[in-house]
Amino acid sequence: MMTLSLAIRNLLRNRRRSLATLLAMAIGAASILLFGGFSGNIILEMHTRNVQRGGHLQIQHRDFFLFGSGNPTAYGISDYNDIIKAIQSDDVLENLIAVVTPTLQFGGIAGNYAASVSRTVIGTGYVASDINRMRSWNDFGLRSKAPVSVLAGAPPETAVVGVGVARVLQMCDALHVDKCAPPQVKADDNASALPDDIAQLSLQESVATPLGPARHIEVLIVNSRGAPNVTALEVIQAEDQGIKELDEITLITHLEKIQKLVYGAAQPRVTSIVIQLRHSDQLEIARQRLQPILDRYSSHQPLALMDFRMLNPFFVQTEQMFDTIFGFVFLLIGAIVLFTVNNTMNTAVVERTVEIGTLRAIGLRRVGIRRLFVTEGALLGICGAALGVLLALLLSELINRLDIPWVPPSMVEPVPLTILVSSNPALILKTTLGLICIATLSAWWPAYRAAKLSVVDALRHV
Amino acid sequence: MTDQGPASQPAAPEAPVALLTGVAKTYHMDAVDVPVIKGVDILVRHACFTVVLGPSGSGKTTLLNMIGCIDKPDAGEVVIAGTKVGELSDDALSDFRAKNIGFIFQNFNLLPVLSAYENVEYPLVLAGVPPKIRAERVPRLLEAVGLADRAKNLPGQLSGGQRQRVAIARALARKPKLVIADEPTANLDSQTGEAILGLMRRLVIKNKISFIFSSHDHAVIRSADDTIFLKDGVIGGIRRRPMEAAT
Repeated sequence: MMTLSLAIRNLLRNRRRSLATLLAMAIGAASILLFGGFSGNIILEMHTRNVQRGGHLQIQHRDFFLFGSGNPTAYGISDYNDIIKAIQSDDVLENLIAVVTPTLQFGGIAGNYAASVSRTVIGTGYVASDINRMRSWNDFGLRSKAPVSVLAGAPPETAVVGVGVARVLQMCDALHVDKCAPPQVKADDNASALPDDIAQLSLQESVATPLGPARHIEVLIVNSRGAPNVTALEVIQAEDQGIKELDEITLITHLEKIQKLVYGAAQPRVTSIVIQLRHSDQLEIARQRLQPILDRYSSHQPLALMDFRMLNPFFVQTEQMFDTIFGFVFLLIGAIVLFTVNNTMNTAVVERTVEIGTLRAIGLRRVGIRRLFVTEGALLGICGAALGVLLALLLSELINRLDIPWVPPSMVEPVPLTILVSSNPALILKTTLGLICIATLSAWWPAYRAAKLSVVDALRHV
Repeated sequence: MTDQGPASQPAAPEAPVALLTGVAKTYHMDAVDVPVIKGVDILVRHACFTVVLGPSGSGKTTLLNMIGCIDKPDAGEVVIAGTKVGELSDDALSDFRAKNIGFIFQNFNLLPVLSAYENVEYPLVLAGVPPKIRAERVPRLLEAVGLADRAKNLPGQLSGGQRQRVAIARALARKPKLVIADEPTANLDSQTGEAILGLMRRLVIKNKISFIFSSHDHAVIRSADDTIFLKDGVIGGIRRRPMEAAT
């Protein structure tokens, strides 16, 4: 108790120096926390976006993730409705799951033959009302919102394309896509508006074009029997996917429509059963509960359960990247704190050499001297970190209130710049403890030196 | 301190509080060896006011440092309060000092962040003396040195003489067997210096504690029971006054 009291008084003795050290520490701690809060928010945004798009878990054919992009329909899941029913009727899963919905991925060629252009696409058929429920998921209470799918309530022949697809198919004007100038190079005049064979196939399908022919596309796919099939779709929106590569290939339409095209009269299949949980921390419980259901339906088709981290390696890489940068920032600031506190304590030892000699002479052991200086370092660490936390909380609150717009990675719409400090107690605790440890450690060497001083030399010090 | 009043019956002569035999000390300065103490034998009597007298550089401080167990001799043996201190570890030596030796420094060496009261209390805290006993003993000590009304003052708020009085009270706090004072009056004016010497003298008589202090002022001889004359690291003579006469 006396050591603590003496340490506090010694720190207050040279207020200016202690304050300078505290400020250095506080600014360091606040910088770490603000960066941690900023990167933490990006990770939560990405986490939320991935869960909104693809759920927490997906049941797929075992090989679909690795080989499915070549021929998605070859990896279809039969009996998917039975599997969904089994999941929904499970006592435990019932309370964990927010949405279970089937999706079908397919590859094809989308053509705007009026403009003599076409391109390969990766299409997805989904149940739009389910997707909109998924997009409302916001477990972390973020301020950003995912756009609503316009396919909900739209006719079966409607589709949404990526902005890149709209650009290549020269539909920007019709779809009111911003910053999308028409190409300088015109299509070959000799090119046929629509190849005869595709035109014949397309005749089998009819689509009303209430929005005008400029939004009309033909989609050529290979059906489950390996034969080509074409459907006409009305594009009702170009949706920004946030990543150019995705924008260039994305085509989304209704599940039923695309199932009819791929499977015809045969039993329809899906490539994924998407499961969105109410909360991300329920993932492991849900996984354990889902496995027996999967085993039950795996007898004639090998099924696998993939979580959103496996399905989104970019998210995992981004998370790791931010962790690495955070570690690097912490190391840099930790080094600054270490040298600042070390310098302060070294100066204190030199200034108080006679005092050290006196204390030793009147019977304080070496360990007592060490304890005194280490306590002073720890106190600097505690106060500096506490001040830093306070500063970070104030600054983050201020920044959050300013609503500065920006577009985080893989996001489409600008969102208000958000720094999550107050809602991240683990970050605050780790940073505080880390800096206190560094400050204590940096006081150890001066404390050791002080304790090793010869009593006579210390008393003789001028 | 009043609990250690003079015995009513004549007691047997007490063992010497410090006994130095063949003690030598050499400082190694760069490439030069400087012998400071050259094989001295000294006996410091119990409850005696002893002065080590000598000019500057005669080795007074080094001698007191060795008696105070904060320095070790290169040769010879130092026995304090019956303990061969050369055989003690650093921690044991710290504990030994805390229990048996009080220090009064030329520059007072009070802890500037502690009040007069806390400075006197500190050695008791180090010794783990319970707060209740501390609360009884510290005011009595401050009263004994005439600073009861200055208990809350920081050293910076006290005069040189007052600081030295606090240092004396601190040195006596643990009721040591020996108090060492290295030129305790050197930084005080002559009047204050005399008052401090008088106070120390009274405390020796009252508490039966041995005081040993250094000085280069021959005027202090009249206050001393024993005077050790030191010159160039050797004993030039020892003058001992009969104890009855001294007290």
